[in-house]
Amino acid sequence: MAIEIFMPALSPTMEKGTLAKWLVKEGDTVSSGDVIAEIETDKATMEVESIDDGVVAKILVAEGAEDVPVGQIIAVLAEEGEDVSAATAGAGAAAPKAPEAPKAEAPKAESAPTPAAAPTPAATPVKHDGDRVFASPLARRIASQAGVDIGAIAGSGPKGRVVKADVEAAMAGGTAAKAAAPAPAVAPAAGAPAVGSAPVYGPHDGIPYHEEKLSGMRKTIARRLTESKQHVPHFYLTIDCELDKLLKLRGELNKKLDGTGTKLSVNDFIIRASALALKKVPAANVQFAGDKMYWYERADISVAVAIEGGLVTPVVRGADGKGLADISNEVKELAGKAKDGKLMPEDYAGGTFSISNLGMYGIKEFGAVVNPPQGAILAVGAGEQRPVVKDGALAVATVMSVTLSCDHRAIDGAVGAEFLAAFKVLIEDPVTMLL
Amino acid sequence: MSDTYDLVVVGGGPGGYVAAIRASQLGLKVACVEREHLGGICLNWGCIPTKALLRTAEVYHLMKHAKDFGLKADGIGFDIEAIVKRSRGIANQLSSGIKHLFKKNKVAHIEGEAAIAGKGSLSVKGKDGKTTTVSAKNIMIATGARARELPHLKADGELVWTYKHAMTPKTMPKSLLVIGSGAIGIEFASFYREMGAEVTVVEMMDRVLPVEDHEVSAFAAQSFKKQGMKLMTSASVTELKKGKDSVTCVVDEKGKKTEITVDRVILAIGIAGNTEGIGLEKVGIKTDRGHIVTDEWGFTGVEGFWAIGDVTGAPWLAHKASHEGVIAVEKIAGVKGLHPMDKSNIPGCTYCRPQVASVGLTEEKAKAAGYELKIGKFPFIGNGKAIALGEADGFIKTIFDAKTGELLGAHMVGAEVTELIQGYVVARTLETTEAELMHTVFPHPTLSEMMHESVLDAYGRALHF
Repeated sequence: MAIEIFMPALSPTMEKGTLAKWLVKEGDTVSSGDVIAEIETDKATMEVESIDDGVVAKILVAEGAEDVPVGQIIAVLAEEGEDVSAATAGAGAAAPKAPEAPKAEAPKAESAPTPAAAPTPAATPVKHDGDRVFASPLARRIASQAGVDIGAIAGSGPKGRVVKADVEAAMAGGTAAKAAAPAPAVAPAAGAPAVGSAPVYGPHDGIPYHEEKLSGMRKTIARRLTESKQHVPHFYLTIDCELDKLLKLRGELNKKLDGTGTKLSVNDFIIRASALALKKVPAANVQFAGDKMYWYERADISVAVAIEGGLVTPVVRGADGKGLADISNEVKELAGKAKDGKLMPEDYAGGTFSISNLGMYGIKEFGAVVNPPQGAILAVGAGEQRPVVKDGALAVATVMSVTLSCDHRAIDGAVGAEFLAAFKVLIEDPVTMLL
Repeated sequence: MSDTYDLVVVGGGPGGYVAAIRASQLGLKVACVEREHLGGICLNWGCIPTKALLRTAEVYHLMKHAKDFGLKADGIGFDIEAIVKRSRGIANQLSSGIKHLFKKNKVAHIEGEAAIAGKGSLSVKGKDGKTTTVSAKNIMIATGARARELPHLKADGELVWTYKHAMTPKTMPKSLLVIGSGAIGIEFASFYREMGAEVTVVEMMDRVLPVEDHEVSAFAAQSFKKQGMKLMTSASVTELKKGKDSVTCVVDEKGKKTEITVDRVILAIGIAGNTEGIGLEKVGIKTDRGHIVTDEWGFTGVEGFWAIGDVTGAPWLAHKASHEGVIAVEKIAGVKGLHPMDKSNIPGCTYCRPQVASVGLTEEKAKAAGYELKIGKFPFIGNGKAIALGEADGFIKTIFDAKTGELLGAHMVGAEVTELIQGYVVARTLETTEAELMHTVFPHPTLSEMMHESVLDAYGRALHF
């Protein structure tokens, strides 16, 4: 029996990925556990391991193919002793298997309803083999005029060629009704802009420009943040925290850590303070999920890390139960992996609360966009010396403004304020953080 | 004798015999019952023998214009018997060719007249008068059609002809009235006019070749008139008064009655399906206005019964019948990925002089369908090959959807256009836009260059006009 290798779901939210690189070629013998390909997902570059022993009979998705839906057959292995051509023949006509819906997706889907029907994995069609889409010129033109991704449309013409009728059906959202044909992934609902298929914007005349295709990460950022701003009712709370004590404590601790390789940053304190504040105000460690709420009993803090071409949010899990040194080392490791594009799904999936820190750029304060399905995100500005009034007299203190963006469906103003108050106490009296 | 076939096709015309061969290719045990000649009307009494006659007319036309080509042809004339003999010879040659194809493809050829005996069963009355029963899992009715007649317009084969009589004249009539200006009527009108008869064409619609694009229709009408044909449109023949060797026709032209006396009359007022005497009612196969009702695969709705070709309705074209036959057989055989025929991609060809060919929507229909149009037109006079051929009359018109560049229709009138239309049919089937057609290299010098120019013209880019 030929073994079909599918586009794996490397994270719960992954819908499609780019086949960045093949590490094997047709005819190679592979063993279970061998890395056979690299997939660029919406978050990172991941390695795909072979789950079986065999010979690579056929590579069905060419290197560089973008938007390969999860569940599509990307290669076929012939089992030991099996005729390679027979394996290929068997797989050629194979329809894409519907992948099992990632379990973690359920709450996410409910909390972040998408305007166009979100493509369910079962309805995800084949991105046609390799990067060549077989489509009639007319179908291509109509699709491009409508801003529909022709690669996401299942073709009904000879050998799966996409013809005019397929594009029209996809635009009308009607292809799904066809018995054998897989449904289109991109079916803009009438009146609502389809997520993932941006309207067609042309460049301005006369201004020099160059064009870059969106990376998987950029597409995910665009999609998720659009979802957030369109569907999450945001409100913002800002508070000032004095940092002098924290800076002093940090200096002392770092002296003690000298030579250990660990060096605490202000951000490490902010992570721990956030986690502890969430423990104190559990109503802020929540997630809206349609007809229910999830109350998280552990603070998993997502830390936004800017990387080339976008940002990722690796997670410090159970930050409320971790010491500053542990947090510091973990963040350093995660940030390093993020910059190298080596984050694994378990490194960035989940998270109950996010921190975005632009203080290092001198940003005084800003409001961040809630990272769905989370309930809140803390935007951290620069710590700077500011005049403050203490006991009726003007004084100088190092002050940092932080702004909490909340999903009002889950978190009310008072809850957000309570959280910030608890956070402020921890930051301004950092010894309590060590308790 | 009792045999069980996977499929028995009733009728050996271009729909039936092609279906039978395709069935055999797909491994079905198949037989084809034909009561007269293999090849049906098309091959024996339609498309092919009339093309033989029209070729004679064309050569005769060239001979009459020999001087234009620097040739001398004195004392030219014709022998009607020899003309008909050539036409019949070609029909017979092709009909026996089908016998050979059947043998090669292991299609059983049953001679006789079939009628439905019940589900999965046919009774066939052979030429010897004996009746045998043939069993089949599937029965395909491909009995075709015949010339339509009306109570006051009936053929007698002597003075009033159908196509069948019209293609085997014993003498050349001096004058002729053709009722109906569709492909059949106008082809006979063209032939007889070329051979010297005084020809009057009576058409009920407001123009000749009424299914064609308006401009093509008008251009053709002008050419016919120039050739000396008399065209009466929005007119109908209300009465035929037969004389000894002539017929007086009462023509009602927009309420004005005229009497025209001619040697012969040709009826070309349409086609009626051969639905009688097959026993359709026995198994409950439905008909509508003389044609069998089927779905897009040729299925009649009654288990085991299929119907294709002329007997199922318009367009009454051999190539439509063949294609339907193939699709129905493939459906029966369970071929995967089948598509019903897109009727808008069936080309139509009329072999009058000038020839007419078209595919897709006419300008009028495209407008009515709500398209915004880009229309290109290129005249034969702008084409080197056309001028070299001495055929500088005609044009090629292309109609595009301004929004998508879809080739909605193509309409041609002029020399050899029936051989050209296929280029546009392929383009439509492959769903090309104007861009691919513009990027296609057309060989020089050919008439086909006009197809390119017409597309270019639709986008204001014609080079030679």
